[in-house]
Amino acid sequence: MADYYEQKDLADFANIGEYAPELGEKYFAYYGEAMKDGALSAREKALIALAVATTQKCPYCIDAYTNQCLSLGVSQEEMMEAVHVGSAMVAGIVLAHATQMRKIIKKKEM
Amino acid sequence: MISIFPSFEEKAAGPLEAEGIEIFQINLGYRCNLECRHCHVEAGPNRPELMSRPVMAMCLEVLQRYPIPTIDITGGTPEMHPDFPWFLKECAALGRRLLVRTNGVVLLEEEYADFLDLYARQRVEVVVSFPHVDPKMTNRQRGEGVYSRLIEALLMLNKRGYGQTGSGLILNLVHNPSGAYLPGLQNSLENHYRQALREKHGIVFNQLFCITNMPIGRYLTYLQQTDNYEEYMTALVNAFNPATLESVMCKSTLSVGWDGKLYDCDFNQMLGMTVNHGAPEHIEMFDLNRLATRRVVTGNHCYGCTAGAGSSCRGEIA
Repeated sequence: MADYYEQKDLADFANIGEYAPELGEKYFAYYGEAMKDGALSAREKALIALAVATTQKCPYCIDAYTNQCLSLGVSQEEMMEAVHVGSAMVAGIVLAHATQMRKIIKKKEM
Repeated sequence: MISIFPSFEEKAAGPLEAEGIEIFQINLGYRCNLECRHCHVEAGPNRPELMSRPVMAMCLEVLQRYPIPTIDITGGTPEMHPDFPWFLKECAALGRRLLVRTNGVVLLEEEYADFLDLYARQRVEVVVSFPHVDPKMTNRQRGEGVYSRLIEALLMLNKRGYGQTGSGLILNLVHNPSGAYLPGLQNSLENHYRQALREKHGIVFNQLFCITNMPIGRYLTYLQQTDNYEEYMTALVNAFNPATLESVMCKSTLSVGWDGKLYDCDFNQMLGMTVNHGAPEHIEMFDLNRLATRRVVTGNHCYGCTAGAGSSCRGEIA
């Protein structure tokens, strides 16, 4: 696992436009617009990003957005609550998919 | 120690040169009634370094001779210098923009309480270190109980008109990260501070300056002891923003140490790196022409001023 995920590779994110520079530029322009202060503040967006990062289990994103939240003055309690929102959503999504299981059980059992 | 990071001059594609002296920053000494964990000065109650009266007089002489627009007084916390009331009045009489960087809480001490009125009378711009709106973060960085004392001090400044619309009395706050990370965007943090301080305490202020912690002094020790040094330096180097080079503070600031030695900034002062490249290194040899166009002395700590939106004594620069 360590060979696949190295902390120093986070800095390489700036180079994802390599081999497709125009698409890379468009991505970064979009990313920058989506993340800046708008109807939601940059703090709120950083908390959403942190919740997504943990649910998607992306170590680079967790590193980047934990730092971003600290930088924006987000408290430990706010960060942990955001992680619980992600966790509760994932749990709900798993349980919602049990609907299919329950439907099949009901159809198949005598 | 051999550095694993590219040299700053290499990264900046050449030396930095001053473009005048707009800010005359005077460090009165390293005495302070706090011992903050991020302090690059390593200031504290037992530090003996204090600017002598003759050096103060030399500073005033230079300021009388040349129309440098801004006088910026720092420390330690300047109030603990016994000659500060006299020096402050002399500086104010010069009619320049005059600002004092204070730890804030010293103003609650009986011995120094008169400064609240003195600052207001002399129309001094007050800059108070206020690292976080979360009490436990501020206390962790600056000492137990500091947050509530800071709130008390800010309320007293507000009461005298500081930070109030139309008063002309400027109260600016300084944010420093309480750990091994870079400050966020100044605008976002300022909005957060404004809302939190108003809602929780009814406090108003003018501007928030976000200052990156420099990897020197007590903060460097913290980084090393917590195994954060390499990661922090990497973050600074990776966040290098060439656009900040246009307005780094060394291009327009001259820093005077407590002993009269001259530096490109307060950080170089703590590292003992006086101005160089032919510029006179002591106030008694002050030469405006040579100092105003001097080549700046740089080191890897300079990455702290050029990361992201940049950092200076007035916060973001790009």
